[in-house]
Amino acid sequence: MKKEVPLLITAIFGSFMVIDYFVPHPSVSAVGETLQQWAIIVISFSYVLGVANIARVNGEKISKRSRDWPFAIPLLMGLAFMLGVGIFGGIGERTLFNDFFLYAYTPMSGTMFSLLAFFIASAAFRSFRVRTLEAGLLAVAAVIVMLGRVPVGAEIWDKLPGIADWINNVPQMAAKRAILIGAALGAISTGLKIILGLERNYLGGE
Amino acid sequence: MLPAPFLNTMAALLTIAIFSFLYKDNPFYKFAEYLFVGIAAGYIVALEYHNVIVPNLWRPLVGGDLNLLVPFVLGVLLFSRFTSGFGWLSRWAIGLMVGTFSGLAIIGFAQGDLVAQVQANMLPLKTETLLGTFSNWVIFIGLLSSLVYFFFSKEHKGALGASAKLGIWFLMVSFGASYGFTVMSRFSLLIGRLLFLLVDWPASFGLHWLH
Repeated sequence: MKKEVPLLITAIFGSFMVIDYFVPHPSVSAVGETLQQWAIIVISFSYVLGVANIARVNGEKISKRSRDWPFAIPLLMGLAFMLGVGIFGGIGERTLFNDFFLYAYTPMSGTMFSLLAFFIASAAFRSFRVRTLEAGLLAVAAVIVMLGRVPVGAEIWDKLPGIADWINNVPQMAAKRAILIGAALGAISTGLKIILGLERNYLGGE
Repeated sequence: MLPAPFLNTMAALLTIAIFSFLYKDNPFYKFAEYLFVGIAAGYIVALEYHNVIVPNLWRPLVGGDLNLLVPFVLGVLLFSRFTSGFGWLSRWAIGLMVGTFSGLAIIGFAQGDLVAQVQANMLPLKTETLLGTFSNWVIFIGLLSSLVYFFFSKEHKGALGASAKLGIWFLMVSFGASYGFTVMSRFSLLIGRLLFLLVDWPASFGLHWLH
């Protein structure tokens, strides 16, 4: 029951998704669609589980007065507030939920990502100091692409934007394709291993 | 709808709180960081509630579609992880999710990435222009050599080693270009946030000092 049933469920659902693609019969498609719908519902429960876990961990942090516990209070308040206004007030355009999405969530996520601009620059300085051919190729490609995307690049040399485009469309594309092909082969083989029950790490211990 | 000056001030203060990390880790940054996690978590669950749970589960279930009891029960079983003795029951729901997406990944990656990328590489090695011919040869050789680099079943020596070395060079150019794009996108975000602080925020109080 502990391992066999989940393995069976995985095999049935996984193989049906594959069969659904290769057998274009309305009855097979109907079952496939139902199973996908079920998966979407269970996944939405997993989001709730994740958030319940965040609430539990931070609640414990406050009750045990662990390190940085005062900051768990705004976390829980933000969580409860967004849940409350979202579930009871709706998620439409002229709602409190949308206001807080646009004026709290979006600016904070944008600023978090923009912070990386500073750290990525210092990381680049460190990595470009490594004097090897590979590091040189990386640095030259990065500098050309960056300069080719801004007006000052064309001011320095009018052919720079064209060279940046060529790097992006030719050597970059070649290596990217190899990575995508390798990743696709890896994903397909991992998917098969999971469906066949050879890969069981997702079941955890015990 | 709350008044624009209040909302813009809230957004500006949160932006400044996060930027304060550039000086050093401090309580203002930590406050914004934790608040962000809370708001993001609440946001995703409220969205799931309105977009999935109510229309795909609750309404059909109340309408008499008892088939949906299966995903409902499996979804509830996920919460057995919080118990010490029945945690294993959550594996049934995990099995459903992992199985479904493994099946979809096999088809999706095969169709969307593997076949599409191989097909896209079927390029003429002689074209009407010299640059076109040269570029297609570069793509052809670049793809083959990069694939050789990822081929670990044989030691990278001799011709295989030389080809793998060439593959590394192509990969480095690719990483450099990707890095360049990432930097540009991050800087464009940074410019957006600075413009908000210097232009949009004051403008919500009628201050247009930068225009």
